[in-house]
Amino acid sequence: MASLRNNSLFAARFAALAASLLLAPSLSAQAVNSCLDCHSAQDGPLQVTPEKFSQDIHAQKGLTCVSCHGGDASSYDPDQAMSRKAGWKGKIDRSQIPQLCGSCHSNPAFMRQYNPSLRTDQLDQYHTSMHGKRLAAGDTKVAVCVDCHSVHDLRPPSDPRSPVNPVNVAKTCSRCHSDVALMKPYGIPTDQFANYSTSVHHEAMAVRGDLSAPTCTTCHGNHGALPPGVDKVQNVCSNCHVFQAQMYGKSSHFKAFQDKGLPGCVVCHSNHAIHMPSDAMLGVGPAGVCMKCHAPGDRCDQARASILGNLTQLDASIKDADQSLRLAESAGMEVSEARLTQDQAQDSLTKARVTIHTFQTALVDADIQSGMKIAAANLKAGRDAMVERNHRRIGLGLCLLAIAFMLVGLWLYIKKLES
Amino acid sequence: MFAFLYRWLDERLHLDELIAPFKHKTVPRHKLSYWYFFGGITLFLFMIQVLTGILLLLYYRPGANEAFESVQYIMTRVQFGWLIRSIHSWSANLMIFTAFVHMFSVLFLKAYRKPRELTWVTGVILLALVMGFGFSGYLLPWNTLAFFATKVGTEIAGQVPLIGRPLMIFLRGGEEVTGATLTRFFGFHVAVLPGIVVVLIAIHLFFVQRQGMSVPPKVEAEWTVNPSARREMKFFPNFALRELMAWYVAMGVLAALAALFPWNLGVKADPFISAPAGIKPEWYFLFMFQTLKLIPSKVWIIDGEVLGVLGCSLAGLLWLLLPFFENEKSSRAKAWVTGISIFALVYVIGMTVYGFLAQ
Amino acid sequence: MCADHAPDPSRRRAIEIFLGGGLLASLASFLYPVLRYFVPPAVTDLGGDEVVAAKLGDLKPNSGKIFRFGSKPGLLILTSDGTYRALSATCTHLGCTVQYRPDLREIWCACHNGIYDLNGRNVSGPPPRPLTVFDVHERGDEIVVNRKREA
Repeated sequence: MASLRNNSLFAARFAALAASLLLAPSLSAQAVNSCLDCHSAQDGPLQVTPEKFSQDIHAQKGLTCVSCHGGDASSYDPDQAMSRKAGWKGKIDRSQIPQLCGSCHSNPAFMRQYNPSLRTDQLDQYHTSMHGKRLAAGDTKVAVCVDCHSVHDLRPPSDPRSPVNPVNVAKTCSRCHSDVALMKPYGIPTDQFANYSTSVHHEAMAVRGDLSAPTCTTCHGNHGALPPGVDKVQNVCSNCHVFQAQMYGKSSHFKAFQDKGLPGCVVCHSNHAIHMPSDAMLGVGPAGVCMKCHAPGDRCDQARASILGNLTQLDASIKDADQSLRLAESAGMEVSEARLTQDQAQDSLTKARVTIHTFQTALVDADIQSGMKIAAANLKAGRDAMVERNHRRIGLGLCLLAIAFMLVGLWLYIKKLES
Repeated sequence: MFAFLYRWLDERLHLDELIAPFKHKTVPRHKLSYWYFFGGITLFLFMIQVLTGILLLLYYRPGANEAFESVQYIMTRVQFGWLIRSIHSWSANLMIFTAFVHMFSVLFLKAYRKPRELTWVTGVILLALVMGFGFSGYLLPWNTLAFFATKVGTEIAGQVPLIGRPLMIFLRGGEEVTGATLTRFFGFHVAVLPGIVVVLIAIHLFFVQRQGMSVPPKVEAEWTVNPSARREMKFFPNFALRELMAWYVAMGVLAALAALFPWNLGVKADPFISAPAGIKPEWYFLFMFQTLKLIPSKVWIIDGEVLGVLGCSLAGLLWLLLPFFENEKSSRAKAWVTGISIFALVYVIGMTVYGFLAQ
Repeated sequence: MCADHAPDPSRRRAIEIFLGGGLLASLASFLYPVLRYFVPPAVTDLGGDEVVAAKLGDLKPNSGKIFRFGSKPGLLILTSDGTYRALSATCTHLGCTVQYRPDLREIWCACHNGIYDLNGRNVSGPPPRPLTVFDVHERGDEIVVNRKREA
């Protein structure tokens, strides 16, 4: 280590000399930053180039290496630049990083000078997180500020290239949390990212570009990251899925799950691998969730079958009516009124699928029945349109008959004239 | 009742004098007489177009924001609107078809020979105008296919050297195909073209009435040698009644097509979407379109499309002046014209089929 | 014309029936649709880019009403300060029909609690995109809604 240090010191001295000679003309033009000048010529973890550092939000706001690392940036002499007398801290110890960042970021008066709307409670939150707690206990393998936010090219979270921008958060978390070797001592599973990547939330964010879709930090918190706790999961989901949560909270399953220590929504919908729900979840196949707990043939199974039956029936009715209307439309018939109410029937089906969370057949049925009435009416409208089309064919037939009559008459007349 | 009306008018207008020539009008009877019907059928279909067109005018609204909806309205809300519109669309296509048949029958029966050159000339102009009717009418429902077909068609017109660009701007009512184009095409379709065509038809029919029906050369030769073999049919009432039968058959075909295959509406045109793949003009332009597609993009130093447009225009001009290339005395010229006629028929049918099958 | 034999009376009858009857029948079958065609339909609205959504006075301030725009629903709102707003009423999440909530003074979707502001912007809940906003203006005593024209 020492010899390495001496070698690098020698290299630094040489670089300093060369730099001062080359940069002498421009030295007077801008503020001297000997740190960057020397460290851009370094390799590996010691390398920080001006190109990299210019991307950093702190550099853009006027902070320099000295602001965090201390030392004397005006001197090209390493002994002077990196002297303890000049306040040089060297590489900041991992356990000290949150405190260092917090020295500015938890100071509201200081932060107000730069961005008054930035929060200043990150350090407090961090102390409550699993990462913060374990760090305080001496574990330096856990995440600290720079692991997620990067360092020396730290971009604001709104920048799409920042590792903590919503589209990148899951990948950033997975850097550690998908590492089997790293997570083994803690006994934490490592399939969360893989599961999340199959989820409808991931699809909303990554494919449909909806930045408000949930990612790891939405449910787990960012600075105060900790899983919500089995009995509190539905509180988290209920922030977006209001109706389902309200219905579930009043339903039989809420107390049942609580008593058994089961996490609300997660039992049926999973926590990370949340897929688009389908009617098959009410079925008895591999996607079915009810039969995981309930016995076939019991009261609940019968309710499940009834709900599934109704939903399937309404779905089929809407599709039948759709088909009938499409047929009529392609035959040139006017069915726009029916098309409009088709949307209403579809609304009923959507509502019914939400009402499932009350776990009461009667309530689901109410939604279904209103939809069925509309779908039936539209099916009739489509059929009526086809009947009208058949009328046209009869009309055509009569017309052709009349024409045939006329042709016969003409033919006979001509024959008579020419006989 | 008819007799009373006739006498009443005759007292005042001396109808007898006017009708006299028609009473003596005859039509030659021979194996190929059936081809004589096609001119009349085309005329009948034109009259159907005028009638259904006027009916459509009662409900159609010519503006980019209303045209499509008004046609939809006619198809779905107006009583028998679907019938009137479908008849109009089918009859348009049928009329262009029978016009082509009529032209080719005149060509092969050599009815364009002296003294009927002018009849041919007015006929070719009428054919071009009728295709113009088709092109302008096609845009009026303002659906996606029509929009892009018009775009491509006017683009091609713009390729004519020198006058191409002004011509394109004249047709489009601007640089691009917009609502202004629709309004302009509407004006062409319901006022300009009908006016010109009606006058030309009148002239065309006048020539036919003055000169009587032509007889094919072979039959002519036969009858010159053997005058007693000559067969004639009185126009009134014999040929006229037969013509009426043909018109009734055409009416039946139209009704069946309109009722069994109502003309579709498509999707409203959106100028901002990209052209759908494989956009093609209507079938009657396919042979020209396909020809253009086959010409390489550059021939020597001349742009391929320009060459194609010039070539087609030249062919059209020569076609117009066809009777003047044939000479009674020169059998070589006659053979040439016959050869070109056959080639033309095969070419038009072949390229149309090719255009249909091509991507 | 031959005068050898007088036209067969039954033959004549046949011709009369076919010709006369055929002529009448065919003309009737042509004229009937044309005459019916002349009668204007009950609905005169084309339902295209423009529609009359309501009449003046239909709506009370701070209330909304669903109207038909083509074959899709639209929402017409009269705000408490007297301006009309019209938007598409099809929720951009899963297609349910939205409604105006006078208590929230915002547009709400009953299916999954999606909320839009009066400019159609999706402000809360699952909707991923804003609602399409239409142009509204008063014409006499009618409230007319148009699709926005391209600039």
